[in-house]
Amino acid sequence: MTDHGAGDAFVLFERVQKSYDGETLVVKDLNLSIAKGEFLTMLGPSGSGKTTCLMMLAGFETATHGEIRLAGRPINNIPPHKRGIGMVFQNYALFPHMTIAENLAFPLEVRKMGKSEREEKVRRALDMVQMGKFGGRRPAQLSGGQQQRVALARALVFEPELVLMDEPLGALDKQLREHMQFEIKRIADGLGITVVYVTHDQTEALTMSDRVAVFNDGVIQQLAPPDKLYEEPENSFVAQFIGENNTLEGVVKEIRNGVALVELDDGELIDCKPVNVSRPGERTRVSIRPERVEMNKARLQPGAHTLKAEVLEFIYMGDIFRTRLRVAGNDEFVVKTRNAPDQRRMQPGEQIEIGWLPTDCRALDA
Amino acid sequence: MSETTHAGPMLAADGTPLKRSLARALRRQKLRALALIAPLLIFVLLTFVTPIVSMLWRSVENAIVPETLPLTVEALKDWDPTRGELPEEAVFAAMVTDLQAAVKAKTHTKLGTRLNYENPGISSLFRSTGRNVGKWDLAADGPFKEKLIEADKGWGDIEVWKTLQRYSGHYTAGYFLNAADLENTAEGIQLRPEEQRIYMTLFIRTMWMSLMITGSCLLLGYPVAWLLANLRASTSNVLMILVLLPFWTSLLVRTSAWKVLLQQQGVINDLLVWVGLVDDANRLVMINNQFGTIIAMTHILLPFMILPLYSVMKTIPPSYLRAAKSLGATNWTAFWRVYFPQSVPGIGAGSILVFILAIGYYITPELVGGTQGVFISNRIAFHISSSLNWGLAAALGTILLSLVLLLYYVYDKIVGIDNVKLG
Repeated sequence: MTDHGAGDAFVLFERVQKSYDGETLVVKDLNLSIAKGEFLTMLGPSGSGKTTCLMMLAGFETATHGEIRLAGRPINNIPPHKRGIGMVFQNYALFPHMTIAENLAFPLEVRKMGKSEREEKVRRALDMVQMGKFGGRRPAQLSGGQQQRVALARALVFEPELVLMDEPLGALDKQLREHMQFEIKRIADGLGITVVYVTHDQTEALTMSDRVAVFNDGVIQQLAPPDKLYEEPENSFVAQFIGENNTLEGVVKEIRNGVALVELDDGELIDCKPVNVSRPGERTRVSIRPERVEMNKARLQPGAHTLKAEVLEFIYMGDIFRTRLRVAGNDEFVVKTRNAPDQRRMQPGEQIEIGWLPTDCRALDA
Repeated sequence: MSETTHAGPMLAADGTPLKRSLARALRRQKLRALALIAPLLIFVLLTFVTPIVSMLWRSVENAIVPETLPLTVEALKDWDPTRGELPEEAVFAAMVTDLQAAVKAKTHTKLGTRLNYENPGISSLFRSTGRNVGKWDLAADGPFKEKLIEADKGWGDIEVWKTLQRYSGHYTAGYFLNAADLENTAEGIQLRPEEQRIYMTLFIRTMWMSLMITGSCLLLGYPVAWLLANLRASTSNVLMILVLLPFWTSLLVRTSAWKVLLQQQGVINDLLVWVGLVDDANRLVMINNQFGTIIAMTHILLPFMILPLYSVMKTIPPSYLRAAKSLGATNWTAFWRVYFPQSVPGIGAGSILVFILAIGYYITPELVGGTQGVFISNRIAFHISSSLNWGLAAALGTILLSLVLLLYYVYDKIVGIDNVKLG
């Protein structure tokens, strides 16, 4: 992945801080550069500052400190209507007293565009989201998914180079949400626009984004492409927040040749990959993804580390089996296995041995 | 399902028609619901519907003439007033007979008062004659034509007989004609002489001033409602208390306060003179005229505009304005094209409420209106309590009621009553 330096940045946050009450910082020293054409997602729990960042970019909140640049131009003092940024809101914010076509024509009208040009653009935008037949309807006559498409078309109809989306799929049911994720991605790629997308749904973030910025407590915890974020989390928060994760707590004994020896709290010794532990004696949380744990001894790869475990629960989920184990004193250790012909179904109470590769096991901050 | 069921009405399992079976099943619930609303229903019937019906009836009712003078009314039927001659002896004889009965029943003065509304002077005619007729002998003292005219020469005036004949029916349009500044003369229905026309002026003034009051309430109330709906909860609660405060103060006190403020020796004039904007000799006249009424009533009715506006604005999410701005609209365009249209239901509700309250307002115009700022309701009150012409008061009230209903209808046609929201 290319490194997006400040030089070719389309959107740039420079040491941005935001406080609402003058006592606590909602956004703490944010530095972020977004390249032209990039799909960047701000992901984080509620109250992590991600929406505030989006609102500062849109111009509805002012940064308490620092500078935001758009295409090289500082925009701190430019009012929202002059920024030319498209925006899709959580509740769509389609104007209820206008028809769909009028809603789409609104941004063109305020730009004093001629009638025929306006109609042509509205038609094209509606066709793009497959809503061509609905121009005469009112927003209340459309389903949630249809309203979502219209909101998207309205944010795009005046051809902005940057589009912001604030949890646009939050109100849709699961199936429609998944469908719209691909739809939005397809349209954004097709138009070559830059998208900043805010969500608290990590699946959404992983599916759609070029890069994901994980927010917590007003700070970007990690900024990386989805695969890197999932497979190489840089700290415990990211490991816990993205996907399912098993945690074992212990103390670092020694670090040698890029391998950390960790003594778990029940006395077991395991090899891990040190990520943000640096010296012996430090407490650590060891993170292992459920699908990287092997319960079938025959399949264990050479060099794998084994541990004893007791089966607590076995859940059949169709494509996968989800087995909950007690490992090194942790009752919430989950293993996911593919529903393969040779995969055995465990019984609660069984004593088994599990194993994983030391490289899949990351020693993170405690 | 078999085909036969489509032929007749749907049947329940036991063979009775499904509709009847359903009605029986719901009867208990309906009775219980009725019992719950019964106290209010009876209260509304007694205190609201009955007075209105009684008022409508009173505005056309005229039974007192045919009931007090049954024989005269009968005898007058054949008289042709256009010939310009007094009625025959038979009519006078009938009048004396009726009057004797009336004097015995002590109803002749009431009749006099009633007919006095139509022809001033008749009241004293009936009272003075009533003192004489009691002693006359019906069989011996005739003929009565000369005798009556001798007793009071008012009976020789042909207009008195014309009035009697015109108002001899059980029902009359007289009160309504009067309320509309019209009169029923021998030449048909005509406008009253100019100096006697007062009610139309009053109706027009009432409507015009109510519109002014509604307009100023809207102008002053809209920004306040907007603040209430958009400020932080703690701040807007304080503001809300300030809006509601007038509700907890007596109407009379507030109106009197305006007197203190606005009168020529009042606070505002004193201040203006002190500052030097107004000369002491030419203090502004701001009370006991239309200006005073509009100011005081705008203040009193303002909460009725703010509250519906607020409750509608509260339901408009701020994201609409943000969306409009993100789409390139300036603050003004965003407000005018996006926010304002959505607040129209609140404007409708507030305006109807304020206008209808204003059009029937009584106390404030009475206290601060002077002669130029009084409303039609003050005139109605005058006829109810001072002149005791209840028929005319009822007719004026009925016209006012019809006007409000008509306006309501027009409003429904233009704005649509579905667009009115109180929250």
